[in-house]
Amino acid sequence: MKASKYHMGLIAGSLFFFGIGLTLYKAINLGFPLLPGESRQVWTIESKINFKPTGGPVQVDLTLPQGLGGWVILEEYFASSGFGFTVVEDGRGRSARWTRQNLDHSTTLYYKMQVYRPIDALLEDIPPRGIDRQRLEKDQLAATERLITLLRDRSSDDRSFVSLLVKEFNADSPDMDAQFLLGSFEEPPLAVLQIVLAYAGIPAQQVRGIRLEDGRRRQTISSLLEFHDGNNWVIIDPENGNIGMPANFFVWERGNDTILGVVGGRDSSLEFALVSNSLPAKTVMGMEQRVEEFNLLDFSIFALPVEQQGVFKVLLLIPVAALVVVIMRLLVGIKTSGTFMPVLIALAFLQTTLLPGLSLFLILVSVGLYIRSWLSYMNLLLVSRISAVIIVVILMMAATAIISYKMGLDRALTVTFFPTIILAWTIERMSILWEEEGVHEVLVQGSGSLLVAVLAYLLMSNRLVEHLTFNFPELILSLLGIILVLGRYTGYRLSELYRFRDLDKQQ
Amino acid sequence: MMHFISPRRLRELGILGMNRRNIGFIGKYNPRRNYPLVDDKLLTKQTALAHGIPVPELFGTIEYQHQIAGAIHTLEQFPAFVIKPVQGSGGKGILVIVGREGELYRKSSGALIGADEVRRHLSNILAGLHSLGGRNDRAMIEGLIDFDPYLEQYSYEGVPDIRVIAFRGVPVMAMMRCATHASDGKANLHQGAVGVGLDMDSGRAVRAVQHGELVDIHPDTGAHFSELHVPHWDRILDLAASCVEMTGLGYIGADIVLDRSSGPMLLELNARPGLAIQVANMAGLRHRLRAARKIAEMTDDHDTKIALARERFGVRH
Repeated sequence: MKASKYHMGLIAGSLFFFGIGLTLYKAINLGFPLLPGESRQVWTIESKINFKPTGGPVQVDLTLPQGLGGWVILEEYFASSGFGFTVVEDGRGRSARWTRQNLDHSTTLYYKMQVYRPIDALLEDIPPRGIDRQRLEKDQLAATERLITLLRDRSSDDRSFVSLLVKEFNADSPDMDAQFLLGSFEEPPLAVLQIVLAYAGIPAQQVRGIRLEDGRRRQTISSLLEFHDGNNWVIIDPENGNIGMPANFFVWERGNDTILGVVGGRDSSLEFALVSNSLPAKTVMGMEQRVEEFNLLDFSIFALPVEQQGVFKVLLLIPVAALVVVIMRLLVGIKTSGTFMPVLIALAFLQTTLLPGLSLFLILVSVGLYIRSWLSYMNLLLVSRISAVIIVVILMMAATAIISYKMGLDRALTVTFFPTIILAWTIERMSILWEEEGVHEVLVQGSGSLLVAVLAYLLMSNRLVEHLTFNFPELILSLLGIILVLGRYTGYRLSELYRFRDLDKQQ
Repeated sequence: MMHFISPRRLRELGILGMNRRNIGFIGKYNPRRNYPLVDDKLLTKQTALAHGIPVPELFGTIEYQHQIAGAIHTLEQFPAFVIKPVQGSGGKGILVIVGREGELYRKSSGALIGADEVRRHLSNILAGLHSLGGRNDRAMIEGLIDFDPYLEQYSYEGVPDIRVIAFRGVPVMAMMRCATHASDGKANLHQGAVGVGLDMDSGRAVRAVQHGELVDIHPDTGAHFSELHVPHWDRILDLAASCVEMTGLGYIGADIVLDRSSGPMLLELNARPGLAIQVANMAGLRHRLRAARKIAEMTDDHDTKIALARERFGVRH
């Protein structure tokens, strides 16, 4: 049975207006802004505690961050199914405590928070604690003292001394004494650094936190070192010796105490999944003011776990790209090779950005076509020929990545975001097209596909489009309505106005 | 500046666009389940024979790679033959052998190829190289049509065939496609073949178009299109109309060739006939399709439909 025009219009219309209506409701009644406006980068940090029980009662203590260095915690959420849960406050801060009488399988506990940093504040100035010197073996002590004397000679003050020390510890061929110290302690370099600093009379402690990277999963805790130069606390990155707080570093805790304590469990780990969103400044202010009763986000993708949010951020953009394909094919009449190949290419462009993406794509396809023409001579069966093309594509991707990395072009590493199988099919189809219809048709379809892909990319990477699809996913229903209507469009395509242009003059 | 025609002018001319063809005709009148009858050329052939519609003789089919070696042996007995993918689309993968030269085969272009080339071609067909969606396919081998010599002057290297669009049993529009040197012996209009619009009443040429321009003579053979008068016209219309009844598809394009001894033969059917026929006729399909619908609603009789179509769509000279 074929739906009548009336039916179709009704379905498409109700979808369209339902989507728009829901959007307007959220915008007007719930205060979601329709335009991106001035935005704040809000990070959603999902902490996962994994451990295996050893039998007996289990107690997990997690020191909670307290908003240091200008960071503001907007929302906190704990998942603790089957566990007793309390937030313990003592003089030094807050910590979450999960308890359970017994447990027989490995378990994951969740702590999710949303944080942002309105101002780049410095860490609070606290008086340095007394220096606690660890007792050392004779040779260790001698090496430490030699190293301190050596570096003191080369430095003018505490700041330059610490800087030199960190560089020494990270150097490819460190000083003999530094090398000995790093080797003789059963401790990570950061702890050794602290020992040496203690002997040099410089108060120092760790600053623990998370290096924030959008979309990153399984991030672990990082440590910075802060030392007191007599007047102020100075932060130094123990991995590269850079002074000052790195960008996008969420400060969890200052001091040397452990963050995670697990009693009755082993192999415990603390990992983070990170997603960054641009939220309107107004919304963030609202969240900050009424952290407790804030429930706006329950109506959107924000209610999902962080990892899924990241996935949906991209997924929700695909309907927009599909609409571009529908318009370009049905209304304009552009020929593409493969119906939705342009969408996949556009998705890859989102990762590579436009110009590097375009050049990578062109290079891969043209080299692929060249190699494919060799395969033509070998007279292979179709399946093995395409498999061969897939392998060639992967080799080319690897080669591109390696060569460009060696040349210092990090951008080209994003070549891995191109969908291998789609590239292989594109090459195969283009090559057959070349043999059967000639190079002209290959250029027509190839540039058609690229044009559609670029248009889809430009739309998908638009900030407003990203804002709307992510904050108002119900707009997809409206898109669906539009696509349904376009599916019944019986008018001429733009390309037909060109194709039949000669019919006029001879009549 | 690129020249465009206005959509309103196209509508006045009654030009059928791709979207309307897909929704208004193919989607509406061609039930999906009947597609195999036209997409599978072997099935088309069998059905046509059952309905008394003449088709080129079938020498054999090849389904598996291991049959190829034996097939080459069998082919020795035929001086001329055509190899086609059973589910090929758009005339792809057709190999025409017009004669033998010792161990070698002569293609329609005159080029000589060896048996290994024929084997490779068969193997590619079976692997689905020329088929819709790249599915595995079969190859069929049929007899070469012995062309009506009258039409030979209108084609260069290739086979001139006659495309008739039939809608609900009413022949609506027809053209002859003549291969040229520019089209590389292929009867593809966008590659430079000449499309000759035919008068539905008489089978005479109305106009000939190459690359969207009117032409008077065949660019390679020099034959005058104005003198073209397709023989067996009654039978051609009869065949095209019968195909609608045979397939249960309301909107089809029938490709018909003229054999020296057997007359018109059905070469293949197309459930998604292209729009180029409008360019060859310099006329739109929509007005004619509207009239054809009226005719189809008026009568169910095969011959009456054709008679009415000839009267209605004939171009007076």
